[in-house]
Amino acid sequence: MAGSAVAASGAAAPAARADVAAEIIRLVDVCKVYGEGDAEVRAVDGVSLSVKEGDFLAVMGPSGSGKSTLMHILGCLDIPTSGEYRFAGEDVSSMNERELASIRNRRIGFVFQQFHLLSSMSAWRNVELPLLYRSAHDRKQTALNALAQVGLTARVQHRPNQLSGGQQQRVAIARALVTDPTMILADEPTGNLDSKASREVLDILTGLNTSGHTIILITHDPNVAGVAERVVEMADGHLRDRVAA
Amino acid sequence: MSVLRTFETGMRGLLGHRLRSVLTTLGILFGVAAVICTVGIGTASANSVNSRIAALGTNLLTVSPGSTVSFGVRGGAGSANTLTMDDVTGLEDKSDAPDIGAVAPVVSGSATIVSTSSNETTTIQGSTASWLATNARTLSSGIFITSKEVAQHAQVIVLGATTAGDLDAIVGDQVTIGGNPFQVIGILTASGSTGFTNSDDLAVVPITTAQDEVTGGSPNSVQRILLSASSSSTIGSAYDEADQLLLQTHHITNAAAADFSITSASTLASTAASVTTTLTILLASVAAISLLVGGIGVMNIMLVSVTERTQEIGLRKALGATPGDLLRQFLIEAATLSFVGGVLGVGAALLAGFLVPRLANIAVTITATPVIIAVVVAAGVGLIFGVYPAARAARLAPIAALRAE
Repeated sequence: MAGSAVAASGAAAPAARADVAAEIIRLVDVCKVYGEGDAEVRAVDGVSLSVKEGDFLAVMGPSGSGKSTLMHILGCLDIPTSGEYRFAGEDVSSMNERELASIRNRRIGFVFQQFHLLSSMSAWRNVELPLLYRSAHDRKQTALNALAQVGLTARVQHRPNQLSGGQQQRVAIARALVTDPTMILADEPTGNLDSKASREVLDILTGLNTSGHTIILITHDPNVAGVAERVVEMADGHLRDRVAA
Repeated sequence: MSVLRTFETGMRGLLGHRLRSVLTTLGILFGVAAVICTVGIGTASANSVNSRIAALGTNLLTVSPGSTVSFGVRGGAGSANTLTMDDVTGLEDKSDAPDIGAVAPVVSGSATIVSTSSNETTTIQGSTASWLATNARTLSSGIFITSKEVAQHAQVIVLGATTAGDLDAIVGDQVTIGGNPFQVIGILTASGSTGFTNSDDLAVVPITTAQDEVTGGSPNSVQRILLSASSSSTIGSAYDEADQLLLQTHHITNAAAADFSITSASTLASTAASVTTTLTILLASVAAISLLVGGIGVMNIMLVSVTERTQEIGLRKALGATPGDLLRQFLIEAATLSFVGGVLGVGAALLAGFLVPRLANIAVTITATPVIIAVVVAAGVGLIFGVYPAARAARLAPIAALRAE
């Protein structure tokens, strides 16, 4: 079972080495196990995966398939129980909490289904947040630039509750962009949006990919996954490649 | 994360949650102010009781007719005139009673004193030159009655401060009691109310004159004998000497059958001191409880807000905040609230300490100790319960914190 996943990513690996693009993510036989004994749940079970710079990858799967757990591992929000995870060449599986925080801050931009904006702050203050945890000059201008990239220049002073769902998610994308991360990790970014807002958000993500950002999109919706160049499917903790439609 | 940026983040956290910040500040404010005021009122009461006791003269022993029940508790004062000038002479004998200082016989009655401009009904005490010493009183002007004036049945009077004021009389004035003229020779220094009688509303005349013109009665009998011990440390032996001497002169062998009683102001003082101690403990308990209640209020607000903010903690962690960053942010927020609440609490207490005595006639004495204790405890509670739950949340996996409901 684990072998098939290795084979799937293995098939892509020789091409990757031939390519000039650097490998950003390298998972080798990664497992995440919760509980012990009879209650043991192997949420992620022997997953191997390779993602190169500039890729647009969609991870599909029904709820309970382990795709969220995989996303947490990819996002350095959680560490695997076993297996190897290299992020841009750095071994994440052996990092301490401080180093993980630093990787998240410098390398990864998160977009969540629930937006997770701080309700007490204006749009640009929300976008500024990641810059507070690194040395950054002119945070306000950087935040305003990121908001301009998602077309929200007119909404920078608005609070989240004064914005539509689509606008809130665009603020969240601006927050993910503001640190110029290596990878943007979007977990069901359209899950709480209507179809028009979903289209806008996906267009923005596609545009970011076109301009060189690596994007990993986690979704249960095949239509959403359709915007990605490459789609992998998660089921019962295992991963298999699927040719994009 | 730099200190300045952490501070900025903390301040923005406070401003972003105004209601919570105000409630926490109020909790600390009232906790601190309540403790300072309660202890302040307690301190003022204790001081007031102590000064009134001190005004009684702690070296004073009073011999009254009647039966002695036990040391410190006065038996029913008999109306029988069992005390005589002979008793006074005996008690004045230094060889029999070395620890007794001054001895002053007293007769008293109520009479109306008439001055040129006013008249006043008050207590007239007839006594000797020793009255001043035994009562631990001083004169604000003039002189006191002398032995010579006692012997001569002189028509002289010394007025209490209140009485003198009411009569509008000064030294050298002439007043009359029952038509008999008296010359004012002295005014007593005000001593304040003793809590039992107003010791400034009285007049003192020679005992002989009083027996002639105010109280009547046998020249040999006295109503009370005031004794002062030679010092506050000899008051116990002075008591014993007076007791033995009077039993002897009254030919009483069984102390339980004594026809007089001796009370001591120091026994009153020690009783009052224990009452004051009890009062202080009571007030300190009330203060401790108000501090506890205030602390629990602050703790609740802090715990609730941290639970609310677990998602925020998760998000900040996902965005790259380290547990240290979050801990410092919450520390700054809690410290600011505690500091502002503490300062406002002390301010409110000082304001109350200024207003309450003027509006409600309740004395408030604010001292440093309760201020320090209240601020330290309230601010400590705010800090601990502001930081500890946040520190716990900061250790959660970011995703667990982010998903907290």
